[in-house]
Amino acid sequence: MMGINLFQILNGLTFAALIFIVASGFTLIFGLLRIVNLAHGALYLVGGLAGYSAAKASGSFVVGALAAMVLVAALGAVLDRGLLSFVRGVELRQVLLTLGVAFILNDISLVIWGGDTFSVPVPEVLRGAMWIGGVMYPKYRIFVLVLGLLVFAALWLLLNKTRLGALIRAGVDDPEMVEAMGINIRRVFLGTFMLGAALAGLGGVVGGAFLTLYPSADAEILVFSLAVVIIGGRGSLVGAALGALLVGLLNAIGQVMFPELAYFVIFGPMALLLAFRPLGLFGRAA
Amino acid sequence: MVLLVLAVLPAVLPSYQVSVVTQVLIFSVLAMSIDILAGFAGRTSLGHGAIFGVSSYVAIYWSSTLGGDIWIGIALGILAATALAGVFAALAIRTSGVYFLLLTLALGMIVWGVCLRWTAVTGGENGLRGVGRPAFIADHASFYYAVLIIVAPLTWLMWRLVHSPFGLTLRGIRDSESRMRSLGYNVPLHLFVAFVLSGFFAGVAGGLYVLFNNFVSPSTVQLSQSVSALLMAITGGVGTLLGSFVGAAAIIVLENAVSAYTARWPSVLGIAFVLIMIFAPEGVVGRARLLLARRRSRSPKPNHSGG
Repeated sequence: MMGINLFQILNGLTFAALIFIVASGFTLIFGLLRIVNLAHGALYLVGGLAGYSAAKASGSFVVGALAAMVLVAALGAVLDRGLLSFVRGVELRQVLLTLGVAFILNDISLVIWGGDTFSVPVPEVLRGAMWIGGVMYPKYRIFVLVLGLLVFAALWLLLNKTRLGALIRAGVDDPEMVEAMGINIRRVFLGTFMLGAALAGLGGVVGGAFLTLYPSADAEILVFSLAVVIIGGRGSLVGAALGALLVGLLNAIGQVMFPELAYFVIFGPMALLLAFRPLGLFGRAA
Repeated sequence: MVLLVLAVLPAVLPSYQVSVVTQVLIFSVLAMSIDILAGFAGRTSLGHGAIFGVSSYVAIYWSSTLGGDIWIGIALGILAATALAGVFAALAIRTSGVYFLLLTLALGMIVWGVCLRWTAVTGGENGLRGVGRPAFIADHASFYYAVLIIVAPLTWLMWRLVHSPFGLTLRGIRDSESRMRSLGYNVPLHLFVAFVLSGFFAGVAGGLYVLFNNFVSPSTVQLSQSVSALLMAITGGVGTLLGSFVGAAAIIVLENAVSAYTARWPSVLGIAFVLIMIFAPEGVVGRARLLLARRRSRSPKPNHSGG
């Protein structure tokens, strides 16, 4: 009984690590650019599929992940500079525009890869299982957990210890003021957008190896990202981590207790939180 | 005048076109239900496809899986949709703008996820097949009339609603929530009632859709349903209510035309969304009116044309 529980907790933690990777990109873009990028799920899917193709062609997981991140970052740049610049400053139009882009990207991926289910090949060293606290657990999922922690650490250092991070944090609070200090905030915006998108691409490859990729995977991951941001609050890294942890663990518990209604379980904390803090745990009014 | 044209339509159109017009009428109700919130309360919802679809699911589950009466099923469906709207509203009314959109989106997608996974009840991806229309509205023309007879008074009701003191209060909330609050209006209560009423209308549309389509699957509740209904409201012009008919007609005719040539309807829908957001956020109808007004004001003498 204890073994099953630990297994489920590990499942929850590794899933939380994945949704943190994806949702941290989402919340970064939301926090700084005030853009709710509803194409984030589609970027995850396109990144995962492109990474799958690259990994198959090159035989290397790392090449696949890098290819996905570069491609999706480029897509993010096109989206930011090419389309969103037309509707700068009007939040609702931006959101709906990215929604349109999500539909287009999803459809294009259906044309290129078809409606099949793909699984990104896991590198040799990460195959198989290992003993953890008395349970056999897949090595790859442990790798995802470690990667999630690394991404958190890297983003935390970036935001708190570098000049760029200071600019981003300042931009979250008051973009006009940053601009008035003579800094090209547009470039910071673009960089953040590309970074956020690249995280979606990385998530696609990493998640594609254990959750598989299929045509509605983008919508599912988007719901988890939304839930994380709604719980954690706009633009908060710690909020995203806590939100991901909560959603990941609840999802794992839900899958054991009510397998068919697991999706419904994430609704609970969201509803509870909204009743008391409409802007999320770490949210601040815009 | 419009009603007269609608009344004689089945006599002049082939049955396929009649069924397209029927579809337009049904989705106009859904689009108008979104417009009540988006246009008059300033709250853009992306969860209405789920409310609409839950009504369809309940109606079909009752009549087909449980073998109950179809009309009772539809009534239960509308009730379920209204109740669901109440839950959505209770969670969402404290937020506004992008947060409201995000929240209704997430709530709607949770409903979609449940419909997809709860195979024992919803049939999972295969969906549920209904029992068909009752005999007296089985053919296209009589069903069309039945829908028209329901949609016309519903439209009148919604029109009355948004032009009532209640509707004016909603508009006040849209324009300045804090002002309405300091004037002593109960803002959350107004928004809650508006959302629930809007959910009721979306539920009626879902009930009609059961009779029209006789089938429901996760794609009925999925995001693209909310999105295309919102696009209908936007195309028709947010805050015009009746523009929804034009928007629904435009989107459904476009969908039918595109589907005849290619299976890439989602791409076309996406591109339409992007283009409208960039070039005509006030809606195609609103945009056309704007251009017309500009041209008219530019011409030296006022010419009274049309009618």
